Amino acid sequence: MSVDTATVKRVAKLARIAVTDDEAKNLEGELNTILGFVEQLNEVDVSNVEPMVSVVAVDMKKRVDEVTDGNKAADIVANAPASDENFFQVPKVVE
Amino acid sequence: MTDLTALTIAEAREKLRAKEISAVELTDSYIAAIDAANGALNAYVALTPEKAREMAKASDAKYATGNAGALEGIPLGIKDLFGTMDVHTQAASHILDGFKPKYESTVTQNLWDDGAVMLGKLNMDEFAMGSSNETSYYGPTKNPWRAKDSNVDLVPGGSSGGSAAAVAAHICAGATATDTGGSIRQPAAFTGTVGIKPTYGRCSRWGVAAFASSLDQAGPITRDVRDAAIMLKSMASVDAKDTTSVDLPVPDYEAALGGSVKGMKIGIPAEYRMDGMDPEIVALWEQGIAWLKDAGAEIVDISLPNTKYALPAYYIVAPAEASSNLARYDGVKYGLRVPGKDITDMYEQTRAAGFGAEVKRRIMIGTYVLSAGYYDAYYLKAQKVRTLIKRDFENVFADGVDAILTPATPSAAFGIGDQDMKADPVKMYLNDVFTVTVNMAGLPGIAVPAGLSSTGLPLGLQLIGKPFDEETLFKTAGVIEQAAGKFTADKWW
Amino acid sequence: MNALVDTRTTDAKRLIPGATGDWELIIGLEVHAQVTSQSKLFSGSSTQFGAEPNANVSLVDAAMPGMLPVINQECVAQAVRTGLGLKAKINKKSVFDRKNYFYPDLPQGYQISQFQQPIVGEGTVHISVGPDKKGNFEEVEVGIERLHLEQDAGKSMHDQHPTMSYVDLNRSGVALMEIVSKPDMRSSDEAKAYVTKLRQIVRYLGTCDGNMDEGSMRADVNVSVRRPGEGFGTRCEIKNVNSIRFMGQAIEYEARRQIAILEDGGSIDQETRLFDPVKGETRSMRSKEEAHDYRYFPDPDLLPLEFDDAYIEALKADLPELPDEKRLRFLESGLSAYDANVLISEKAIADYFEKVAEGREAKQAANWVINDLLGALNKAGQGIEETPVTPQQLGTILDLIKEGTISGKIAKELFEIVFNEGGDPAKIVEERGMKQVTDTGAIEAAVDEIIAANPEKVEQVKEKPALAGWFVGQVMKSTGGKANPQAVQQLVKSKLGVE
Repeated sequence: MSVDTATVKRVAKLARIAVTDDEAKNLEGELNTILGFVEQLNEVDVSNVEPMVSVVAVDMKKRVDEVTDGNKAADIVANAPASDENFFQVPKVVE
Repeated sequence: MTDLTALTIAEAREKLRAKEISAVELTDSYIAAIDAANGALNAYVALTPEKAREMAKASDAKYATGNAGALEGIPLGIKDLFGTMDVHTQAASHILDGFKPKYESTVTQNLWDDGAVMLGKLNMDEFAMGSSNETSYYGPTKNPWRAKDSNVDLVPGGSSGGSAAAVAAHICAGATATDTGGSIRQPAAFTGTVGIKPTYGRCSRWGVAAFASSLDQAGPITRDVRDAAIMLKSMASVDAKDTTSVDLPVPDYEAALGGSVKGMKIGIPAEYRMDGMDPEIVALWEQGIAWLKDAGAEIVDISLPNTKYALPAYYIVAPAEASSNLARYDGVKYGLRVPGKDITDMYEQTRAAGFGAEVKRRIMIGTYVLSAGYYDAYYLKAQKVRTLIKRDFENVFADGVDAILTPATPSAAFGIGDQDMKADPVKMYLNDVFTVTVNMAGLPGIAVPAGLSSTGLPLGLQLIGKPFDEETLFKTAGVIEQAAGKFTADKWW
Repeated sequence: MNALVDTRTTDAKRLIPGATGDWELIIGLEVHAQVTSQSKLFSGSSTQFGAEPNANVSLVDAAMPGMLPVINQECVAQAVRTGLGLKAKINKKSVFDRKNYFYPDLPQGYQISQFQQPIVGEGTVHISVGPDKKGNFEEVEVGIERLHLEQDAGKSMHDQHPTMSYVDLNRSGVALMEIVSKPDMRSSDEAKAYVTKLRQIVRYLGTCDGNMDEGSMRADVNVSVRRPGEGFGTRCEIKNVNSIRFMGQAIEYEARRQIAILEDGGSIDQETRLFDPVKGETRSMRSKEEAHDYRYFPDPDLLPLEFDDAYIEALKADLPELPDEKRLRFLESGLSAYDANVLISEKAIADYFEKVAEGREAKQAANWVINDLLGALNKAGQGIEETPVTPQQLGTILDLIKEGTISGKIAKELFEIVFNEGGDPAKIVEERGMKQVTDTGAIEAAVDEIIAANPEKVEQVKEKPALAGWFVGQVMKSTGGKANPQAVQQLVKSKLGVE
């Protein structure tokens, strides 16, 4: 499988990364090199093989239902590029 | 005053306990050494001298009252990937500009709880993506090692390049690092230091910016095997905040040192003998085999048939997870924001400006392999290949093998700005060819210096162990260290 | 996901007549029900509604670098309970996946949800549609496709600032159950009955408070139309409908819209739409039109969710009686379908009724609870939880009737006093002299008086025996309603000589 420039642009859009035409062209080459490299996996027979879920077989830890966190709105927005009265601010979203 | 920065953690600990030196003196020596070296090496991206002195003072008080912790007064460097309260934590990325978390990662908290002193934050490949430290937003770290009669700057390896360089240059006593595909072991091998990636689940991932969640593990880089054992003991813990951390007591790794390897079975995997392998690396490996044999270990040939698929599978799994893990860097909650004409444009401009080329490449690959119609062919397939890789190891261990010996890297450290690797991303990825299988199977692996190349650069060997059997790795690595001796870079900076 | 299967046979009375023939409406629902829990699905911050901006937010909810999810075991139990309540298959192994997309109220850049392996599989909900003009209910079975656990998103507000939206993450990470029905509903009434029933079930179970005003329950409604006998048509999804009434309106509007397009020779675009309750219309959400590619994959920060039969059995053993079973029991005790439906509509009402009915006549208790208590509460704008009349008080009133201490008419007055003023009904009867007159002598005197005063009526009774009732009424009136009606009737009849 290989990608073309249009695919690169579609993927960049999905990943929310602005790319110029030149960058898309470069990425196309790089991505195809990497995809060509991983093509080797086609040689492997994985029929009847379960995908790896966790490298260590353990039961998932669970929390008891208690409120142990929160009430630190100032900390939550402390690093925000834009905030107002403990809200995050973002460019207006139109629905 | 003798140069206190020459002391290993174990040696400094003795002198501190005996009150021959104070923690403040030790810390001041490191601060002075950093001042002298960092301009040339670029190992630290942020320094915290005041904090360090404060912590050292507190350590001296603890020694005075007899309440010293296991790492009391030991000055450490912290990879920039670890969240440190109110201190620069940017994963060496532009996108986390100015980020100072309101939390402390579990691993670093464990270190501070044991009395360690923080010198600052260490350079790394951006978001731990790279094998040369060249993808850092802060520029490459230089390897303290140079080839004989050369002044060409070499990479320290990556992604924990700052950690390895700082340890090798004696500008910290030890450093935290992380390893997703070889990011502890490869830089350790390139700098003549010891690096251990423990079993997945041994160290908590809480508070460490994620690259690939199913592969990331924290571990130490130190000057010798004993220091690695001391540091890992403090770093490791069971953490209720990390669902994937494992509920097993942390053993006293140091106690394993000095034990005999007599009768131990050491596996030598045929598949690691790759075509066109550097003869120096082959010779180093043979030397390692000979040392272990001399120490009484039984050497057995083993096969890990799916080895060659580990790296391609890794370059699906790791970018896929990364593409999702790095979605949170969107200019809303922290770090860089580049204004845009609407919200989508803001995201796209922020992420385009905030991420470097390698990170973007991996996000793109990861996004592509997870996108509609490709999941089964790529991600699911790669996760199945992982099962096969893990099974290979399980079979070998079931046959009685105690540990596996391999080279750590295919070569010694290369030059900064290497043209071959620049032109072809896969060439750079091949640096991890010996280390990545270990991450894919979640096993522990240690890199230990074993000799110098013909040009005088350090080379390392890797030992791979059973899950949660880090003790065997420390013991065996100790035997190699004993035979090979220790290696220190000549100071040129 | 499974292919859509048509489980219903076309029923002529549900068809919608169009200009060119009849149309059949197909509805499937995805209901998001907020899990009742103290803390969030993967973090320890509170789920409380109405907190200050970003107050109920942990570092995990705000997706700070290096934060990791740890699952809340109570949310898991709640999902299993709900699955049991839906008579559904409980999956002993399920997997949490990441659903990747960018939105300012989605701090991680992905929502943790369940995609291919949900915690609950197929189940069924029985709904009762009606009553029709004859007072009959129709029983319809709606299939459940699955129920899965997922995180809620935060909230963006758009009117605080001219150029900026404000993001509050208080809801971010709150546990939701997404309950997906099969496309089994064929009218807006069925859809309304289904959501009502679902709400009833989760409220009985205590797994969701069903509070639609606060967004604890909301539905995405999939609507399509087709000619009877044809395959499913292209559907539109109406997002985030937060009232049962609006849902009915949205479905009706959407059905008419789609029929009009198709009858004009057009075709339906598969799209997401929003219901505008002010205009009573649905409109396309163009901004969400961009092709979705959620890149689902198992969340590597979480292990598979696994439990055993013993876990499920233990939860099953503790389940309360569900509305269907309760309804059956009520019908068996002699209640009408209507009465049973009203009484089970809320668990609190059913509980109230059962306390009143205990050791008493069920039908009578039902009448009093439905007509008198619920009527009075309704008038006062109060819910059953706020009732000023306890089941004990109402029970005492019924006992007083049964003992013959008070008449039914007096009982109504007594109820009103208790409702408005409180107090022990027996004492009130005593103190205010409301006791029924059972002294035959006194009643006889009253009867004689009425007969004597109305000779022409006495004459008429001979022709029309039913007029005896008029005499009974007059006697009751003259005794202030306190005479025992049976005794009055008997005396009137014997003195007038009617049988």
